[in-house]
Amino acid sequence: MTPLVTLESRAVPLLRDNIDTDAIIPSREMRSVSKDGLADGLFAGWRYTAIGGREIDPAFVLNQPEGKGAQILLGGSNFGCGSSREHAVWALAEYGFRVVIAPSFSPIFQGNCIRNGIAPIVLPREAVEQIAAGFADGTPVTIDMPSCEVRMGLAVFPFSMEDEARTMLIEGADAIELTLRHRAEIEGFFARDAAVRPWIYLAD
Amino acid sequence: MTEGPLTLAEKIWSAHRVMTLESGAEVIAIDRLLLHERTGGVALKSLEEAGRTVMHPSRVFATMDHIVDTFPGRTDKTLMPTGTAFIVSTRESAKRHGITLFDIDDPRQGIVHVVSPEQGIILPGAILVCPDSHTCTQGAFGGLAWGIGSSEAEHVLATMTLRMNRPPDMRVTIDGVLGEGVTAKDLALHLIAALGSNGAKGHIIEFAGSAVRALDMEARMTLCNMATEMACAGAVIAPDDKTFDWLEGRPYAPKDEVREQAIAAWRALYSDDGAVFATEHRFDAAEVRPMVTWGNSPQHAAPLGAPVPADALSKADQQRAVEYMAVTPGQPVAGLPIDAAFIGSCTNSRISDLRRAAAILKGRKVAEGVKAICVPGSTQVKAAAEAEGLHEVFLEAGFEWREAGCSMCFFAGGESFAPEARVISSTNRNFESRQGPNTRTHLASPETVAASAIAGRIALVSEIAA
Repeated sequence: MTPLVTLESRAVPLLRDNIDTDAIIPSREMRSVSKDGLADGLFAGWRYTAIGGREIDPAFVLNQPEGKGAQILLGGSNFGCGSSREHAVWALAEYGFRVVIAPSFSPIFQGNCIRNGIAPIVLPREAVEQIAAGFADGTPVTIDMPSCEVRMGLAVFPFSMEDEARTMLIEGADAIELTLRHRAEIEGFFARDAAVRPWIYLAD
Repeated sequence: MTEGPLTLAEKIWSAHRVMTLESGAEVIAIDRLLLHERTGGVALKSLEEAGRTVMHPSRVFATMDHIVDTFPGRTDKTLMPTGTAFIVSTRESAKRHGITLFDIDDPRQGIVHVVSPEQGIILPGAILVCPDSHTCTQGAFGGLAWGIGSSEAEHVLATMTLRMNRPPDMRVTIDGVLGEGVTAKDLALHLIAALGSNGAKGHIIEFAGSAVRALDMEARMTLCNMATEMACAGAVIAPDDKTFDWLEGRPYAPKDEVREQAIAAWRALYSDDGAVFATEHRFDAAEVRPMVTWGNSPQHAAPLGAPVPADALSKADQQRAVEYMAVTPGQPVAGLPIDAAFIGSCTNSRISDLRRAAAILKGRKVAEGVKAICVPGSTQVKAAAEAEGLHEVFLEAGFEWREAGCSMCFFAGGESFAPEARVISSTNRNFESRQGPNTRTHLASPETVAASAIAGRIALVSEIAA
């Protein structure tokens, strides 16, 4: 995973509440047993003029010239609700997003972001709206993970994030590798627990 | 264990704590991992590509439900030409890693949250995860169950643990008695409408109170199923004799002396008096009415016959939903003509759901022009329904009778309702284009779906009686 320490980019506003993962990547756009090849299907229902089509809808914010190359997406509350499909995050990542800022996230989507090097940053709605207002004139936004700040011009928006998640993002760490360092503790737990809850432990 | 009164979720969590990390997060033992062909196959593939193995294959189960077709005589082929790869890849990976698979032709096959309880895979006090958001369904059995992503599933495959901070606790207490004809689905929609689509804010919800204890196990599953539509981190109901009785004799549930030992332990699974919840909500079951959704979020729900909010056009998300759904603020959705009716999904596709719908359909016909489909939640549910003759009731009424799977909940396999079709559906999500291009989904109980299919418009059961 590519570490995410600091980043400067424009921030694209898509401030609808309850943007669900069906909207981020529709079922019909998930075509292979793979984490790749999904960027084209990102927001397909909104980005193109017809369902299943590929004709660009110029009115959609990602298609506006100011949105090109942006690495920060601004969303409404409960962002990423619905299906747990990680394809939503893979599509965002492949498209180029490294940060999503919203007043709240669906818990599963939030976890999926962290596992894929995307920072899900929670800021109050007013702050998200203030950042969104800078989109039209191209004001760059800075993400500073070590100091837990989003900055735009003179405005500073502090955010909080669980240490585990923040460290994983900053270090670009592989969670499985880190956990497997504790293999002995894990196996020890299962050995003790099997005596307490034998009904859990089926024969391998 | 921590001192002092504990919540149910805290008791289960503590019993699974392997260690606390420097970050404050914990390594939590996972008892059961479930996979399906859409999000599970990719986790197995990614694990293989990283050169890793499955730590405990005996505690991992896979089923085919999300991509597979539900037409009679189905094969690995799906309407969507790209579907076959998901099915084949999941099957081959499961075989390579010694994971139990409920394949297309297996009598145990079905929707993951229907088959896991049927097989006794979820148990009280257990922690079960699955890369599927409706995993919280299984908290109905007094275990902790929640949806994860494919990367987290890969982490569980490799380590049989997750690294997490414990989510905060919320208790939703529902006392009183549900009215005649009011179901767990109506209760769930009532709660979501009241608390909002973000109402659970990442908490584990414990459903408690006399109305919850009065629900049978299948109704408890329906209630817990919909909890994810409030952004919960899991849902749980304290297990009781109904739970233990329901699990008796299930293939992977404990038997004989081990069962006795397990039940003794399971009887301690309740929130202690004085346990502190970060958030508490109380509801009166008597206030719940048959519900239907009018918009594009499950929170856009109202009693059947009640109007779409008159001020909907003044709120951004509601305005968009009103336009998309082609409904009128101040007017009820009841009475709107429908193009299709769907009974199925992990919310409402179990035998009791089908029995209640069939009781309404018996001796009646689906209105002309309405495409009506019933998809049993599992091959076992299908067999049980057929043994009772329920399939004949559905077929004679004009419903299609399908093989088990997720089906038209989200156009699995590439099947969809017609563009802009108005669908009354026993499923869990009314999102834009979820059941087909620009489809207009109205969520309701199986009873309301059956009654509406007969009436040809969104209707209460009482409207078609006599």
